[in-house]
Amino acid sequence: MAATDTSSAGHGSHRHAGHQRTVWTRLVGWAPLLTVILLVGPVAAGLAGAAGPAFGWLPALGGNRLSLAPWQELLGTPGLDSMVRLSVVTGLASTALALTIVVLCLATFAETRSFRWIQRLLSPLLAVPHAAAAIGIAFLLAPSGLLMRLLSPALTGFEVPPDYLFPGDHSGLALIIGLVVKEVPFLLLVSLAALPQCQADKRRHMALALGYAPVTAFLKAVLPSLYPLIRLPVYAVIAFSSSNVEVAMILGPSTPPPLAVSVVHWLADPDLSQRFMASAGALLQLGVTLAALLSWWLLERLVAWLSRSLLENGQRRTAATFGRLLGSCLSWLSIGLLVASLGGLLLWSMATWWPFPSAWPEPLTFANWRRALDSLGPATLDTLLVALGSSLIAILLVIGCLESETVNRTRMGKGATLVLYLPLLIPPVAFLQGLVQLQAQLSITPGIVTVILGHCLFVLPYMFLSLAESYRRLDPRWSQLAASLGQSPGATFVRVRLPMLLAPIAVALAIGLAISIGQYLPTLLLGAGRLTTLTTEAVTLASGGDRRLTAVYALAQLMLPALGFALALLLPRLIYRQRRALQH
Amino acid sequence: MLPDARPSPARLSASCTTLQNSFATTDCTRRQRTYRTLYRNQDRKAHMPQPPCLSLPCRCLAGALVLAGKVGLAGTLGLALTATSAMADTLPNDWADVEHQAQGQSLYWNAWGGDSNVNAYIDWVGDQLEQRWDIELVHVKLDDTAAAVSRVLAEKSAGNDDRGAIDLIWINGENFAAMKANDLLFGPWAEHLPNFALTNPSQQAEMTTDFTIPTEGYESPWGKAQLTFYYDSQRVENPPRDLTELLAWAEQNPGRFAYPLVPDFHGSTFLKQALIELSEDPEVLQQPAEEADIETVTAPLWAYLDQLHPWLWRQGQHFPSSGPELKSLMGDGELWLAFTFNPAEPAAAVASYQLPPSTRSYVLDNGTIGNVHFVAIPFNASHKAAAMVAANFLLSPEAQAYKQRLDVWGDPSVLDLDLLSEQQRLALTPADESPARLPAEALSRTLPEPHPSWMEAVEKGWLERYGSH
Repeated sequence: MAATDTSSAGHGSHRHAGHQRTVWTRLVGWAPLLTVILLVGPVAAGLAGAAGPAFGWLPALGGNRLSLAPWQELLGTPGLDSMVRLSVVTGLASTALALTIVVLCLATFAETRSFRWIQRLLSPLLAVPHAAAAIGIAFLLAPSGLLMRLLSPALTGFEVPPDYLFPGDHSGLALIIGLVVKEVPFLLLVSLAALPQCQADKRRHMALALGYAPVTAFLKAVLPSLYPLIRLPVYAVIAFSSSNVEVAMILGPSTPPPLAVSVVHWLADPDLSQRFMASAGALLQLGVTLAALLSWWLLERLVAWLSRSLLENGQRRTAATFGRLLGSCLSWLSIGLLVASLGGLLLWSMATWWPFPSAWPEPLTFANWRRALDSLGPATLDTLLVALGSSLIAILLVIGCLESETVNRTRMGKGATLVLYLPLLIPPVAFLQGLVQLQAQLSITPGIVTVILGHCLFVLPYMFLSLAESYRRLDPRWSQLAASLGQSPGATFVRVRLPMLLAPIAVALAIGLAISIGQYLPTLLLGAGRLTTLTTEAVTLASGGDRRLTAVYALAQLMLPALGFALALLLPRLIYRQRRALQH
Repeated sequence: MLPDARPSPARLSASCTTLQNSFATTDCTRRQRTYRTLYRNQDRKAHMPQPPCLSLPCRCLAGALVLAGKVGLAGTLGLALTATSAMADTLPNDWADVEHQAQGQSLYWNAWGGDSNVNAYIDWVGDQLEQRWDIELVHVKLDDTAAAVSRVLAEKSAGNDDRGAIDLIWINGENFAAMKANDLLFGPWAEHLPNFALTNPSQQAEMTTDFTIPTEGYESPWGKAQLTFYYDSQRVENPPRDLTELLAWAEQNPGRFAYPLVPDFHGSTFLKQALIELSEDPEVLQQPAEEADIETVTAPLWAYLDQLHPWLWRQGQHFPSSGPELKSLMGDGELWLAFTFNPAEPAAAVASYQLPPSTRSYVLDNGTIGNVHFVAIPFNASHKAAAMVAANFLLSPEAQAYKQRLDVWGDPSVLDLDLLSEQQRLALTPADESPARLPAEALSRTLPEPHPSWMEAVEKGWLERYGSH
């Protein structure tokens, strides 16, 4: 330093930077702890709430001593083995199928015009609530559904609907289809976010230059580095699909249903002594989900071991034509199914009396929308408040956790990571009952605050999932460069990392919004039902069997998250329209 | 001792005789303490604009006068009374005071929200409560009453005995039996509602019996339900008039009849209907199942179902999830004959395009299961006074008449027409007829519900036999 004044300025800024460094480091240092506290309390209470009764402990119902009776009763339940088998099989099969579709889709369509179309469709498709998609698919494929109406009576000769067992088939095929069409958009989204991190384009171009066919290039050069980045989201998908309730209730078999559905039935049984067995069932569900995850992990090893020689054999056209055909068929089929089921919902929302076999409701009416309009307004407002509140809290904590990793150059411990994902592993029904008890114990008045905090439990893990890899993979040299130019960690975050990560952060926020908007049980239980959201309205109306009103609410329910995803994809482009490399 | 603020000694003694058992106590300090808690609970709506005469200080003053009345009453008359319920002493012993205390309270009413007509009716009740008693009604919409039961259970487990989140539950049958048996309900209170007498409980036994369980004042009747069959008259000319005919009909029309998956309420009700009709001695069903030979009594039912199932929708391999799903399937034309527990539902569903205009309803020749649905107050409800005022309003001829209108809900009234004025009687006689609606006289062929333990026994037997393939 030459002149005194610059030197003193330099000192000043150094001191300033040092001060900021402590504040920033301390601030983000709190984030993992806060996150763990926010999750651990409720998760522990939730687990205790399920574990106590499972071993006979629930004093309010006269269960004052520990026993194994609930487990004995559970094991004596007729059809328990089928329930467990259904949960594991549908969970693994749907995940495997969805992953295959996503991989083949990426391999087939990378850098084509169709791919941009798929990307554009992605946000509305992601936003479709599970239950709405299931209702739409049921209506599409049922014997009296839209597909059969289009074919009848001209091609089939059916004047009245035929009577075949689908959806609801014993093998769970309809359930698997329903899960796949909702999992594909999710896995596609996380893959799209991860592709730039593994430098997919460069790898692919290199393989193409070496003479590999496009599909083979992706499978051999990109996939091995892409999969580790999307492994956690895949695990979340397994956990969800092996324990989901809404989709299984609509599309799954009923004699017997998958385990999670049975647990819900047992918990809702007016005979309160069933609660003990229901809690044991909830713990068993946890075990089933873990077993499914373990099987998947073993499958991963097996596939990796088997495919090693395939990857290295230098074959340029492995699965080139077949993969391409299958990829385009399956991708368009799964997207087409979802779009068609949405179309069906739209028709229902405007239908008057619409008998079989007419494929078009006549006359169309807005009466169903008008009937719903009164309560749509306030419900939308509350839905937005809760979703924004919980996603903002969650994004702050997630960024805080990841930033503290970056600043301290550490990774979160295994235990902390486990805590983070626990809310996804435990079946919500059982876990929430414990939460409600905790809330009552602490005499917290149920209302919007408890609902927002409760939603955080479910929103946070998914946001972490979607953001973590992007954050961790960001080239550390950017931060080192900023530091060498005299920037404090805080300033580096605000001026370098935040702008570069804006796109994944926006996507994480959109996912958070969508997850929060779709929550039914946490909203009902933690808010004591005092908060009316679009989802609570949709679910209670669906219980009344009015398909027209249900369709109206399902559509209203998917508009908000669709808006969120559209913003998440658009905003970075708008803000960085001058900076091509940041537009992702 | 403060002066007695109560004007009329006659009213005093009347209220003493009717209410003393549940509400009065001699313990002055305890009473004062409860009143203090009461006032804390009462002003949840402090942020709402209040009419000038009901401002916070005024209400406290009024409360103090009432309190003085209580102390005076207990002291001067020297009544040696004990409270029958631990919680009952939080309420005053005169209906006017209950109404007064209800002023300005919020009321969280947990009620099934699956029917837009019912929801609109509850909205209307909310408007009336707001206008007349300044009660803010919040309809907590449930997809299953079990959620409310679970919440009260969780609150009890957590030791929350007076700040419960639920004030009123729409309930009956098994849920009531379970809540009553596990001490999750407040009461007895129903007999103290001024309008309760209009149901003529001494003549209409079903007003005080819920699935054979005596209500003992722990719930107040609200409306009536009866298993009602409906069919599409364009496809079906002669619907089956009893269960034997139903079997023959199903064989002729395979796949066109179904009942919901047991233990769904509608599915279980169909089983109970079949059990009553098929069993040799239906009287046995009025007693707890443990007192009978379950296997023998239920044997005809299983034999019947074994015959029926191959002819059901999806060959009995898959069952609709609920009663409302039966309605959707009727609308799709997959089913041609179905049933509901709400006699007004088919007509309302025709009006909202869910069922074909050619829908007709009827009850079986030997009658069908019917019951009364009620409202109950959880033991730890925060706003018991408002809940009682609401329950009383629900029993008023005005509210019952409005509820019975087909364009509103169509739920049959629980009042005894003989006890009403000419004008009220007229209002309760339906004028708006729909061809899809059940004729009023059909509702007289009502079979009583069996004891709840039979429902459990039948559900268990069903799940063992047909619950897994």
